[in-house]
Amino acid sequence: MALYSEKVMDHFRNPRNVGVIEDADGVGEVGNAKCGDIMKMYLKIDNDIISDVKFETFGCGSAIASSSMATELIKGKPISEAMELTNKAVAEALDGLPDYKMHCSVLAEEAIKSALDDYHSKQGK
Amino acid sequence: MIYADNAATTKMSKAAIDTMFRLVNDTWGNASSLYSVGQTSKEVLEQAREDIANLIGAEPKEIIFTSGGSEADNQAILSAAKIGASKGKKHIISSAFEHHAVLHTLERLKEDGFEITLLDVHEDGIIREDELEDAIREDTCLVTIMYANNEIGTVQPISRLGEICKKHNVLFHTDAVQAIGHIPVNVNDDNVDMLSASAHKFHGPKGVGFLYVKKGIRVTNLINGGAQEKGRRAGTENVPGIAAMAVALKEAVESLSENYENVSKKRDCLIEGLSKIEHSALNGDAKKRLPGNVNFCFEGIEGESLLLLLDDKGIMASSGSACTSGSLDPSHVLLAIGRVHDVAHGSLRLTINEETTDEDVEYIIKAVDEVVTYLRSFSPIWRDLVAGKKQFIL
Ligand SMILES: Cc1ncc(COP(=O)(O)O)c(C=O)c1O
Repeated sequence: MALYSEKVMDHFRNPRNVGVIEDADGVGEVGNAKCGDIMKMYLKIDNDIISDVKFETFGCGSAIASSSMATELIKGKPISEAMELTNKAVAEALDGLPDYKMHCSVLAEEAIKSALDDYHSKQGK
Repeated sequence: MIYADNAATTKMSKAAIDTMFRLVNDTWGNASSLYSVGQTSKEVLEQAREDIANLIGAEPKEIIFTSGGSEADNQAILSAAKIGASKGKKHIISSAFEHHAVLHTLERLKEDGFEITLLDVHEDGIIREDELEDAIREDTCLVTIMYANNEIGTVQPISRLGEICKKHNVLFHTDAVQAIGHIPVNVNDDNVDMLSASAHKFHGPKGVGFLYVKKGIRVTNLINGGAQEKGRRAGTENVPGIAAMAVALKEAVESLSENYENVSKKRDCLIEGLSKIEHSALNGDAKKRLPGNVNFCFEGIEGESLLLLLDDKGIMASSGSACTSGSLDPSHVLLAIGRVHDVAHGSLRLTINEETTDEDVEYIIKAVDEVVTYLRSFSPIWRDLVAGKKQFIL
């Protein structure tokens, strides 16, 4: 059996929404190099809708795939929906992650929350 | 497909496979039985013991067959500990980058009141003779130092270390699992009292190995039962596996100098090529290392994703990143030579062999360069490093 599902490998090999948004409305970075995972999310927000999202990730295959899937799940969605994205939803959308890799999906959830927090604090809310 | 993970295991040689197949048929009898079918097995078993002994400068009765390197390491250390304890000597010296078969056994001895000193392996991955001598105490009962490291391939001055142990009358064990069949090993020249080996690292079968124990040293039995191996290791012998191990070792030793020259040349080409990747560093001394071992750290990327993408390109390798070890920490070997976590996660081990071609070497260099560049292109750490927000370590 392969280490990862086909979905994980697809998102790892062809990550969606990779890159940077120079004039992002919200940026979030979570994780640390010591543990071997860092995720950075960039959001563009128009009328409370996430109109664009990009990510950069330093980490293993499942970290890259989780970031990619998380961006897909929130792109074009209202902020309120993105706030509710759970790590479980990310893992499920990837057809599951090995137990010891679940923290990668947690990191993806946290990265999005952190970027949204940044957006809200910039809005003065 | 390029298999560059020979330190993990090797493919069995044709001669070893042929021997094993033939003997599964011919030596199905129990080597302890007195009728002829059993005695045939016994003869094959003893011939294998003699052949292996000859190949490492030992006597046949000094060879104990085991289930592999881990068991041999456990038995060597626990035997020395028992001898030590009986004389009130409960101090053991080892090194920080031993295989877990050694380190975890030592951890267990700690619970039994043993004191363990782990020698520094320095940035080059080499143990210093004077530091060993300084660490030896009145109550030291064992020094156990690996012949060559399984991750970074550095080869230790075993003969000199053995000499020091001899001078101080302390038992000396070496885990030669990665060394034997790849570099010259001789128990007399190397001044060792005990030595562990495993067949699957030199094109023999998995689950078979041996422990050399110099005559006169009392061995503790880990597996109790029948009187096999002169009462030092119970269990009906795996005759086909043991004979295949002997054949594989003979082949490896006979072609050792030729392979050494050929493989180390390719290793040096790989090292030269990969060194050109910016912000990378070789792990371990460039020359005092196994002929097939190349181990690098690449800053700004993580090892598992590197391995997966190399696999997509047909290259099978390994890494010391936390994600590949299933724990939160990267390899204890890389940490022992002073690599910080941040760069230890971005390590790559390539262990090539005599079948690796010049084209393979070229292809690997190109593939690693491409994959590292690609992963850095969306690594937030790399972005910060390039932007000067963080200092490069490598
Ligand atoms: C240095 C070293 N010691 C011990 C072992 C364990 O050998 P085995 O797999 O035969 O138990 C290995 C192999 O994984 C090794 O590389």
